[in-house]
Amino acid sequence: MMPVLEAAGLSKHFQARRGIFGGSRGVVRAVDDISFAIESGRTLGVVGESGCGKTTTAKLVLGLEEPTGGSIRFEGRDLHELDTAGQRYYRKSVQAVFQDPYASLSPRMRISDIIAEPLVTNEVVSASGVRKRVAELLDLVGLAERSADLFPHEFSGGQRQRIAIARALALSPKLIVLDEPVSALDVSIRAQILNLLRDLQDQLGLSYLFIAHDLAAVAHMSHTIVVMYLGKIVEMGDAQTLAQTPKHPYTEALFSAALPSHPDERREEIILPGEVPSPLNPPAGCRFHPRCPHAMSVCGQQEPALMQVEDRIVACHLYDRTQRDAATTAGIQFAERRSSRASVGSPS
Amino acid sequence: MAVMANRPLLEIDNLSTHYISQQGTRVVRAVDDVSLRINAGETLGIVGESGSGKSTLALTILRVLPPAAQIVAGSMMFENEDLVRKSDNEMRHVRGKRIAMILQDPMASLNPLFTIGDQVAEPIRVHEGSRRAVAWQRAKDLLKAVRIPSPETRVTQHPHEMSGGMRQRIVGAIGISCEPRLLIADEPTTSLDLTIQAQYLALLRDLQREHGLALIFITHNLGIVARMCDQLAVMYAGRVVEYGPVSRIFNAPAHPYTEALLNSIPRMSDSRKRLTAIEGQPPDLSALPRGCAFAPRCPAAFDRCHKETPPEFNLADGRTARCWLASASVQRGAA
Repeated sequence: MMPVLEAAGLSKHFQARRGIFGGSRGVVRAVDDISFAIESGRTLGVVGESGCGKTTTAKLVLGLEEPTGGSIRFEGRDLHELDTAGQRYYRKSVQAVFQDPYASLSPRMRISDIIAEPLVTNEVVSASGVRKRVAELLDLVGLAERSADLFPHEFSGGQRQRIAIARALALSPKLIVLDEPVSALDVSIRAQILNLLRDLQDQLGLSYLFIAHDLAAVAHMSHTIVVMYLGKIVEMGDAQTLAQTPKHPYTEALFSAALPSHPDERREEIILPGEVPSPLNPPAGCRFHPRCPHAMSVCGQQEPALMQVEDRIVACHLYDRTQRDAATTAGIQFAERRSSRASVGSPS
Repeated sequence: MAVMANRPLLEIDNLSTHYISQQGTRVVRAVDDVSLRINAGETLGIVGESGSGKSTLALTILRVLPPAAQIVAGSMMFENEDLVRKSDNEMRHVRGKRIAMILQDPMASLNPLFTIGDQVAEPIRVHEGSRRAVAWQRAKDLLKAVRIPSPETRVTQHPHEMSGGMRQRIVGAIGISCEPRLLIADEPTTSLDLTIQAQYLALLRDLQREHGLALIFITHNLGIVARMCDQLAVMYAGRVVEYGPVSRIFNAPAHPYTEALLNSIPRMSDSRKRLTAIEGQPPDLSALPRGCAFAPRCPAAFDRCHKETPPEFNLADGRTARCWLASASVQRGAA
């Protein structure tokens, strides 16, 4: 299967400046040489903490930021080589749903105008055609047809998010970037929206780039998960196995920090020391090594490359064959513990 | 946690706090007939969606309600004193000293113009009348206790010089500065990153163990309850619909709302299974339906639910539930 979207060596570096006239203070490598692919009809989940680059990645995919390195290919064509028509097609094919449905809908527009806006600006459609499409879209996201004449303030948060989804669907996109689509919603409403997104994916064959800090929601929605730390991908693999048996020490700590779904669920609790360092001055070698419970001397000197480990891609010296052969006991124990580790299933 | 033989630290009975409009025509029953208790060293979780009344309940315990809100009924016995009957002046000696609170947004609870040392030392100086130098020394010890590296230099810094996780730990230090008996935490980790949240929760647990603190966690996150709490109160539309030991409630919820909430959360282990969503919206508190407030969304609702409000039934295992379905399996409650 050909991926819908493919990023190769994608980077976004920002110049940090001192004051308004000051010279450069250095470079923030918000996204640093990352590669991933989103398959058609599948969901790629991105997890990581503040400053890991997941929002910048979303912006790069949406074309809101220009990459400083690497490339994005959409349906096999490099975005840089697209002509005007190709660019227009790309912008129609990639849409977004954001976190706060109170901020993302104009309070002065009727729902019909909000949903129709992308149609009107991008396509030549008759007035009756627009009305028909709006009714279709409202039905698709589970809203009554009469909603079309109302204003956003007449809707609850969950309904507003449905409106935002309807607008994103207006141009029949291939890929939708979902940036924290349920975190602003009430707990009892979140499941409604997650179910809706899954139904739409099955019905329309959509691909999603799903970004959220709720790891269980990401594991639930995604086929593949990418774990980022300070602009780098540290681990990537099948959502289920990655969540159950993380390989990278950061992934392991992150998923162990995720809250349990049941009080009887006993997990190894890994509390990382310190905080995510400033991206302006990331640690040498592996960027995670100052907080890593398994750090070795090589970790502070040499940046680990991404490599295939079983079903996964991991960037960690613990999985370095040469390192293991050098008989770093910690590494061997760690790797053995990984492979023998039982799954972390909840009791229910 | 072992059940204490003596009286609970805080005993709330039939408490109601209503928001009343100026003409007295509109009444919002934000907290309605709530009864809860918490023992020393215990952790009580209060979960509910926005508008369920959980934050108003916290403000009621501390008696820091906005002018439109009134405690219209009930009592709050704290160390053998009824907080409802205390004067504002008397409450000033309780707040910050015997009951402290941690809010969601640490930047909003810290004053950007004062040093960390001044802010951590303030409650000590106010409540204990300590001299500045003494209070500052205590402040340094407190920063060490909440694991802030190099407290000597940190006390002279301002909030903007700290990260979000550090700020929340400083708010925690202020909270425990006068060694309160009860600490109320209102969504304390919502603004924190996952690994920082794990650090903070571990810190709270250690502080609780060291000081025998009773903790009230107000949250919408059932995961926090699962990790941290002994007891759980589930609020819906101003009422406690289910209350009891956490593991009992998670294993066999008695109220359909609790059950629906537990089923609607995605789990790490059974992903890509369809979630059980709760249909409809949380109700408008100023226009509650007749009968049980959850009935319009309840999959198990029957005739009676739409007509009569269920009282609090005492279940055999020490739980309470406000649901007509619970009445079948247990003796009638006091209500």
